[in-house]
Amino acid sequence: MQRYILVRLSQGIVTLFVLSIAVFISSHLTGDPALYLLGPEGTQEDYEQLKRNIGLDKPLPVQYGVFLSNILQGDFGTSPITGQSARDTLMERLPATLQLAGVAFVLTLIVGIPLGVLSAVNRDSIFDHLGKAFAILGIAAPSFWVAIMLILLFGAILGWLPTFGRGGVSHYILPAFVLSWGGMAGIVRLVRSSMLEVLDSEYVKFARVKGLAENMVIYKHALKNAVIPALTFSGLTLAGLLNGSVAVEVVFAWPGIGRLLLQGITQRDFPIIQATVLAAGLFYVIVSLVVDILYAYINPRIRYQ
Amino acid sequence: MAIGTIPNRAEPWWRGAFRRVRDVRLPWVSVSIVFVLLVCAIFSPLLAPHNPTQINILDGRMAPGEDLNHLLGTDIMGRDMLSRLIYGARTTVFISLVALGTGALVGTLVGLVAGYREGWFDAVAMRAADAALGFPTILVAMVIVVIMGAGIESIILAVILTVWARFARMIRGDVLNIKDMDFITAARLAGVSTPVIIWRHVFPNTINTLMIITSLQVGQVILLEASLSFLGLGLPIGEPAWGIMVSEGKAVILEVWWLSLFPGIAITVVVLAFNYFGDWMRDALDPKLRRL
Repeated sequence: MQRYILVRLSQGIVTLFVLSIAVFISSHLTGDPALYLLGPEGTQEDYEQLKRNIGLDKPLPVQYGVFLSNILQGDFGTSPITGQSARDTLMERLPATLQLAGVAFVLTLIVGIPLGVLSAVNRDSIFDHLGKAFAILGIAAPSFWVAIMLILLFGAILGWLPTFGRGGVSHYILPAFVLSWGGMAGIVRLVRSSMLEVLDSEYVKFARVKGLAENMVIYKHALKNAVIPALTFSGLTLAGLLNGSVAVEVVFAWPGIGRLLLQGITQRDFPIIQATVLAAGLFYVIVSLVVDILYAYINPRIRYQ
Repeated sequence: MAIGTIPNRAEPWWRGAFRRVRDVRLPWVSVSIVFVLLVCAIFSPLLAPHNPTQINILDGRMAPGEDLNHLLGTDIMGRDMLSRLIYGARTTVFISLVALGTGALVGTLVGLVAGYREGWFDAVAMRAADAALGFPTILVAMVIVVIMGAGIESIILAVILTVWARFARMIRGDVLNIKDMDFITAARLAGVSTPVIIWRHVFPNTINTLMIITSLQVGQVILLEASLSFLGLGLPIGEPAWGIMVSEGKAVILEVWWLSLFPGIAITVVVLAFNYFGDWMRDALDPKLRRL
């Protein structure tokens, strides 16, 4: 088990290392950072001076070393556009993204699992078919478009829900649903198929023969085993949440890091880009590490591979 | 199966042909949608009633059905929606074809070599594939855009970087099974060189898998392309791409609702069709992969 964790951990560190190189390249090979920081009014002497000051006259590996040690100390530089430290901006925006992703993740599980169980138990009923349609659409419809259509329907036509920005509980409903639909769809399909498999197994038949009430059979005996693959899959949906949150934050004007990153890219604000990309990468690596360890804990077969 | 069926001479040839077509059991709805998409993509200049980028402010914000000259209405700049949708099909098909084709090629080559040779190449390739499969695609795409700038090349590269890994993994799995079979050993004993064995004897046996993954991936690739276009990381604003069209309608959704509605429906319907077709292909060729 320790060895397994160690291997996973080193893989995560390698991933972050590669990402930091990509980010370093993005700011040092696309145009001249000194020229970019100087602005149009600088003279040739200012330019040479600035180059020396920020260490651009040194060889690339040395520059990368300085860059890396700054990042490890949490220093991403100052945004030339807002004049604020990139770390402060990141910290300001991070809670919004984490909260939305957290709500969406919980929603994925508490809607997806019961829907999958009910579809399996009432196989081929109208409910099952509706659940299937819900899942198929959730996978095929692009989230940015669904978001806009829901704004049109619930915000403009019905006027039931707020459609932009962050606020009370009602502000979370639309963005969290859009963000979680794709993952929910996967969970519904997975729980349904594994539940059908489990319901057909010997021990469930035995529980029935024993005369247990049907509800006991389903929720006490079958569900526990059917839910394991769904939990594994839910770890994978987290990467999907990160993917989706950029578009969802843009459409709902959610003040998170997804929108911050897109804004940074359009304004070529490198400190912001570096801070957000590395933060998202770190978040992803930590989450997948936790999921892998939990999974190995639940399923001993993985540990010994 | 029709093993041992004796052709019935009394039956006219056309009835047999009709039965054969009927017995194929293709998912006709999906196939028709894909066919329409391809026709739109190939013949867009012939089918589109107007120039998709022709700005005509006076005709702007025309609702669908308001003027038969603009069947699906016009956008804020007065560009014809129907024409933009038809040209959008061309953009989607072009990007998906190039990106998926290249991704499949790279992934298949890596999978063939990794599976056949194993060793360090296999180890490195599979770790890279793990990373590519798990890592958030949008993040990868955004880093690429920062390095290369927004544009069609960036989108294609981002798609390739995520798509190759799935091909490499599955093909490698196939190759590991195939290479222990007797006909491979026989070829090796006969002195056939490794590249020829891989090309002539291993590769043909992976084509089923290749077709299944390709058809299951098309929908994903189209969605990814649309999201990147929507975020403004691909073609410049104003070009006919479905993702861009949805994004152009975003700000004015309350008054000019059709701008976002139609391209979104187009994306959803096309992705649904490809997903359904992919499921059918998988069930038809290899029912064991049902859980893919």
